Amino acid sequence: MEAAMGLMRRMPPRHSETALSALLSLLPHNSSDLLSQVDLPLQVLSDDDSGKRFILCEYNRDADSYRSPWSNKYHPRLEDAPYPSSKLRQLEIEANDIFTVYCDQYYEGGISSVYMWEDDNEGFVACFLVKKDGSKTGQGRRGYLEEGTWDAIHVIEVGPEEETTRYCLTSTVMLSLTTDDVSSGTFSLSGSIRRQMNMNLPVADGHLCNMGKMIEEMEGKLRNSLDQVYFGKTREMVCTLRPPSEVLPMRLPDS
Amino acid sequence: MAEEEETELSDDQKKGIAKWFLVNAPAGEIQYVSKDLKLVLNDDDVYNEAASEAFPVYNKSHLISLKMPGGFGDVLVTSYGELQDNEYLDPKTAQVAIVDHVKQACTKVRPATDEELPSAYVEEYRCALEAEILKYVAEAYPKGSSSVYCTNGKDVEEPGSDFDLVVVIAAARLSPQNFCNGSWRTIWNIEFKDDIQKLELNGKLLVGAHYFEEGNVQLDTKHECRDSTMFQCVNNKCSDLMLPMLLELMCEYRIRSPDDTAISVANLIRRHETAYMASLEESYFKLSDNTFKDLRRKLPITRTLFPWRSTRQFSLKREISEELGIGK
Repeated sequence: MEAAMGLMRRMPPRHSETALSALLSLLPHNSSDLLSQVDLPLQVLSDDDSGKRFILCEYNRDADSYRSPWSNKYHPRLEDAPYPSSKLRQLEIEANDIFTVYCDQYYEGGISSVYMWEDDNEGFVACFLVKKDGSKTGQGRRGYLEEGTWDAIHVIEVGPEEETTRYCLTSTVMLSLTTDDVSSGTFSLSGSIRRQMNMNLPVADGHLCNMGKMIEEMEGKLRNSLDQVYFGKTREMVCTLRPPSEVLPMRLPDS
Repeated sequence: MAEEEETELSDDQKKGIAKWFLVNAPAGEIQYVSKDLKLVLNDDDVYNEAASEAFPVYNKSHLISLKMPGGFGDVLVTSYGELQDNEYLDPKTAQVAIVDHVKQACTKVRPATDEELPSAYVEEYRCALEAEILKYVAEAYPKGSSSVYCTNGKDVEEPGSDFDLVVVIAAARLSPQNFCNGSWRTIWNIEFKDDIQKLELNGKLLVGAHYFEEGNVQLDTKHECRDSTMFQCVNNKCSDLMLPMLLELMCEYRIRSPDDTAISVANLIRRHETAYMASLEESYFKLSDNTFKDLRRKLPITRTLFPWRSTRQFSLKREISEELGIGK
């Protein structure tokens, strides 16, 4: 299993699906471990009842069917499938509505879904998902990207309701982007990172408010570290390989 | 996914998968990949077979550089210098390196035979270009290697026929302790077209970088370009006494200069590679403010953090919508 994760850490992120299916076929007995530890680009289905699209993940799956957060129905239909309690379903409906607004604000499009379910310790778990196609043929408003995808998975475990409740967030972002023009050819970056954040927050502020703020902060951090740290490191590497000719000792103005 | 049948893979299928992992290893990481892969496969026969097929492919496509025994310096493993499966010509020293692909080591060297080397005529051009490229690479790449091969027409003895040279430049920086590896590879194919006195250049530039501290982010770029120049001639230092007509006649028989031709080619390569480096810098520069925005903005359209409210339940959505001035 450790070796399998080692391989996932080295294979090009844009080939993560191929890499995972290769590992699954080599290690059929570890399939559930692999599926729970490796995040893959998100898949989408259309909900016929609401006409909206929703995101598929392990948390809304039962057998080969997936529950839509919009109609609360499984696609394809499934008898005796699990549903969240009606109280939690109310929170889920609300979370989906608000998260759609949030995504419009940050993603200028994209698809979002939120799933919730009760866990064994009197709390609940919520999973917030975003998928954005930022390519110029997709929802990339500025048309810079030949290809561009962003997938975010946020799983929050919410502890038993007390005055201050414990929220444990695990977030993964997977992205790939490619620009292509005649003068500079193709330039592509792809990657994935995962981070955790734990907080104790007053339940009086409301679960959605607490979870939302954590997700917003986390997404900002992940985006920033991809942009500044991860992309920055690859740029540093390129400049080490062939230092740009402009890098001559620069004189700083006297201040 | 849930109750997928566990069909046992055939050895051939396993080998195919193993080769895929090896060939897709980032620059400088195939040995790490092979270590993990051996554990995952748990089948030495399949692994060995896959490794013996995948390593040569990887080594040649990554243009790896190996130290030759006997103080001959380094040899580049490329398809252009490949004589046999594990024999690679080093044109600089006229040695042939015997390579163990899986160990990524050069085990022996032998002098190249006359048949393996270009004719004296072609060699003059090759050697002149090699000298210019070595100079350029030493200036532009802190840790670069280069080789110039004749890939076509190596037995051409005199002007009148075409031949091709290939310039290979490779620079790799491996720094696994800093979770970072990268490689720069450029391949220039140069066609010496005798009848039209012209040299046509086709360049392929590839850059890769991998940063994997608590994550996995990879850069992958590819650019192709073309250019051309003329065979350069020895400067005509004729006196003023010469008749213009005679001058013109002489032009037909001007003496070609391999050295000046090499300088002209190296200058073109330098110019294109410098421009490409600048375009990579430009791509990075645009990334943070423009390109990335099409995936996710730094801040919402309103430029302030999202108004998550300490309100309860249903009212939250309505208030947010009002605040943002959307919907009812």
